[in-house]
Amino acid sequence: MSGILNSSIGRKVAMALSAFFLMIFLLQHFIINFLSVINPDTFNEVSHFMGTNPLIQYVMQPILIFGVIFHFVMGFALEIKNRRARQISYARNNGAANSTWMSRNMIYSGLFILIFLIIHFIDFWIPEINTKYIQGDMSGLLADGEGFRYYEELVHKFEPIWRVALYCLGFVFLALHLLHGFMSAFQSVGANNKYTNALKGFGKAYSILVPLGFIVIALFHHFNH
Amino acid sequence: MNLTLKIWRQKNANDKGKMVDYPVTDVSPDMSFLEMLDVLNESLVQKNEEPVAFDHDCREGICGMCSLYINGEAHGPDRGITTCQLHMRMFKDGDTITIEPFRATAFPVIKDLVVDRSAFDRIQHAGGFISVNTSGNTIDANAIPINKHDADESFEAAMCIGCGACVASCKNSSAMLFVGAKVSQFALLPQGQVEATDRVLNMVKQMDEEGFGNCTNTGACEVECPKGISLENIARMNREYLKASLKG
Repeated sequence: MSGILNSSIGRKVAMALSAFFLMIFLLQHFIINFLSVINPDTFNEVSHFMGTNPLIQYVMQPILIFGVIFHFVMGFALEIKNRRARQISYARNNGAANSTWMSRNMIYSGLFILIFLIIHFIDFWIPEINTKYIQGDMSGLLADGEGFRYYEELVHKFEPIWRVALYCLGFVFLALHLLHGFMSAFQSVGANNKYTNALKGFGKAYSILVPLGFIVIALFHHFNH
Repeated sequence: MNLTLKIWRQKNANDKGKMVDYPVTDVSPDMSFLEMLDVLNESLVQKNEEPVAFDHDCREGICGMCSLYINGEAHGPDRGITTCQLHMRMFKDGDTITIEPFRATAFPVIKDLVVDRSAFDRIQHAGGFISVNTSGNTIDANAIPINKHDADESFEAAMCIGCGACVASCKNSSAMLFVGAKVSQFALLPQGQVEATDRVLNMVKQMDEEGFGNCTNTGACEVECPKGISLENIARMNREYLKASLKG
């Protein structure tokens, strides 16, 4: 096992495993957020559970943060190594003849997602940590004590159109990243077999529907209020 | 056909190199790409100019010697062929054709369009073989029953001619399709099992040391491969590597 993370294949597999974790997280994030469109009360209850459950807060949340940072750092490290592998570029290169735009530009879609994530953390995560762990208010209630604050905060965030536009753009880049990344992760862990075609279809659906769902949520809250 | 060729000229490994334009006239559409270059070279020799150095050997798509990055693709715009099988009918009269060497840090240019692909040989030496007694009592390979499906897949992997188009086409200059094929052709057969663990570990180690990039599964290699080597071979190599790493 020694040095597996120093080998090219070991790093590929590590990228894929962190990607699987992030894709599962993304799906649960989407399902919970979509509750805000269907039923604000359920959304509030689930948000309160996620925000106060010790297992989620002290075990899953640090793993998630580690997963995100690992995926980005490893992605950049591999990009640098890959660029070194061809120091003189072609005068003429027809990449579109043999590969998709998404597959050739994972670093750029990833970079945009990173910028989006930083903004997303400033918008939601930092205020949440501030309320709960700095000000010590774990109640999850509004300032006037009338019901949970989560739905109100979410709706308030999507009032400015510039933020809705920025989020939608972030989700478009997320879709582009997933359209290659989903199947790429399976290939990296060695899963290329009779189920691959079916998985490709599922991957396409996941890569389009989940980001599209997030866009619908952002637009819904913007125009609904 | 009258064409303009933009060709990479580089005196030696240390020379900086540059693209040079050459007009060629009266090219027959039935010529192979290499024959067209022969015609150009004859005219250069007649003018006392240095002919363009390019690799070639069998000229029937078997040896993997001819290389060339033509109009932005390894072995040019056609599919499932080497450069010697590319015909001028793929181009139009008046076209400008860009001809470059395969680019990769692990494939340094020796001269003009000729690159050093001995990194592939060193990867093969690291484990791309089976140890068989050949001192007079060699066992007939057909004496061992092999599942037809596995035999076919192994044969398909063994069709790799080591031309390096996968490396040239990959945006990361990754050699994983080549190494995946070489690992797979043995991994699928009982004869390959004895040295399976060391083989994949050593070949991947050598591949990494040669300075090839990492595979990001763009699939460009599979599309440009003259022998149609499938990405399944990379997935199999990944499985073999993980299995071997866990074994130690």
